Amino acid sequence: MTGVIGFLPESVLAFAYLIAGILFIQGLRDMTHPRTAIRGNKISSLGMAVAVGVTMLWFEILSPLVLLAALVVGTGVGTWLAITVETTEMPQLVGLFNGFGGGASALVAGAELIDLFNQEGAGALGADLTAAAAVAGIIGAITFWGSLVAAGKLHGVVNDSAVRYTGEQVVKAIVLLTALAGSAFLVVQPDLFGAAPLAGWIPAYWFIVAAASVLGVLLVIPIGGADMPVVVALLNSYSGLAAATTGFVLNNTALIIAGTLVGASGLILTVIMCNSMNRSLTNVLFGGWGEEAESEEMEDIYEGQIMSTSPEEVEMLLDTAQRVVIVPGYGMAVAQAQHAVAELADLLDENDVDVEFGIHPVAGRMPGHMNVLLAEADVSYERMRELEEVNPTFSQTDVVIVTGANDVVNPKANTDDSSPIAGMPVLNVSDARTVIVNKRSLSPGFSGIPNPLFAEDNTNMLFGDAKDSMQELVNQYEENH
Amino acid sequence: MTFVGNLTLFVLSAFVGYEIITKIPTNLHTPLMSGANAISGITLLGSVVVAGSGSTTLATVLGFLAVVMATINVVGGYLVSHKMLDQFSQRGGS
Repeated sequence: MTGVIGFLPESVLAFAYLIAGILFIQGLRDMTHPRTAIRGNKISSLGMAVAVGVTMLWFEILSPLVLLAALVVGTGVGTWLAITVETTEMPQLVGLFNGFGGGASALVAGAELIDLFNQEGAGALGADLTAAAAVAGIIGAITFWGSLVAAGKLHGVVNDSAVRYTGEQVVKAIVLLTALAGSAFLVVQPDLFGAAPLAGWIPAYWFIVAAASVLGVLLVIPIGGADMPVVVALLNSYSGLAAATTGFVLNNTALIIAGTLVGASGLILTVIMCNSMNRSLTNVLFGGWGEEAESEEMEDIYEGQIMSTSPEEVEMLLDTAQRVVIVPGYGMAVAQAQHAVAELADLLDENDVDVEFGIHPVAGRMPGHMNVLLAEADVSYERMRELEEVNPTFSQTDVVIVTGANDVVNPKANTDDSSPIAGMPVLNVSDARTVIVNKRSLSPGFSGIPNPLFAEDNTNMLFGDAKDSMQELVNQYEENH
Repeated sequence: MTFVGNLTLFVLSAFVGYEIITKIPTNLHTPLMSGANAISGITLLGSVVVAGSGSTTLATVLGFLAVVMATINVVGGYLVSHKMLDQFSQRGGS
């Protein structure tokens, strides 16, 4: 069945897809610089409007009224979520949106199977259509449930520690095989019961979706909260590749181009994050750190070596400093300390201190998480330095303030080959003259190992909540300047 | 289009994607992720192309839910990206 512009030649549709493809690529190109990025996002959304608009008008998926109602509801909910979200809740919202995309593709594939069976009757469905539906069902359901669990872990409503059990990989393999067996059934449609009506195969699709849903939950549950960025990026990549696969089956150029771009983006972010932890993707997905720190070892390292300090003392240090680097971590996000940190940076800047932010690629719960938080607090992106840029500058730095970060400044990554974080690139903050570590306690970070940085001679611990401590520091500094 | 034609498109897109996305600075990785996420909402097209109009109530209900979810993904994704990028550009380059 064709829609209101279905009488136009087929080349019009192909041409619209070409325009959409150009807009997606130009949109991403503009994302390479903060100055043009906002325009890029608009161009990309225009591409989406072209692709979806033309397709909706060309084919008629739902009656226009139902379609309009769905678009209004979706736009309303999407807008409301986007407007009300706090910047600190951004990672879980992006995960949730990703899940909705997957859920949508699984549902539509089911809807179209039901329709086709009803319209075409027996023996009408080609293997290409059923295979596309099976791919959409499996990846869509894994993405939906996997993203929901990931978002739940990020939001703190699902246990965010790594939940492991014996026989875990076997259980996952069995569920995967079940889903694949169901897919083979749907594609081949063997006539087991004699002249069974083809509509009888529809339950096979929902069986696949159910198995993939269980798999989606099982895959993400064992992964710890700090690894969620990798999971969300990977699921994002999957949904792109699923779109590209569908495009192959349907000869749809818009799907192939857009799907491949998204697949590449998700995969590149995944690889960047894995490299930043010196861990393989397999290790993130199936291995994990999860080891408990040996308390004896912690005592050996920390005993008698920990010097604690106060905001007053830190203020005095800052008073004589020429160059200060602030290293934020997930703790800053949790405490919502970004505004206090930004205020401190502004005050230092006003007093001619050279201030920069040293940002580790995996700090926070999402790629670029710290950058977004600091941008929200009006920090110029020119002050945010990446690991490779900032590391050589620590030896000329007077004071480093580490706030809410732990593993990303752990020198064990460089010195201890047996450590779980061995080889992970870290910020070498102890090269600076003085290091202030603002943390609530000496408890280990996500990797579960102690941090010898805390015990070093030039390290002072500023114990306390990141927001309170930074605000106190700002107050002290303002009083004396 | 033939399979080889599709494959050509896939491979070239992959190269273009790789070249562009590796140039995007870390600063913008979160907005990139939510923007890319919005683009992946395009999966809906595939389903629209295959399906005729919802002829049964069940298919209509499923189609309705799918369009709602996909629209949330696309609209929300782009708006969230916009919101974040806006914060970058306000103080950017000063």
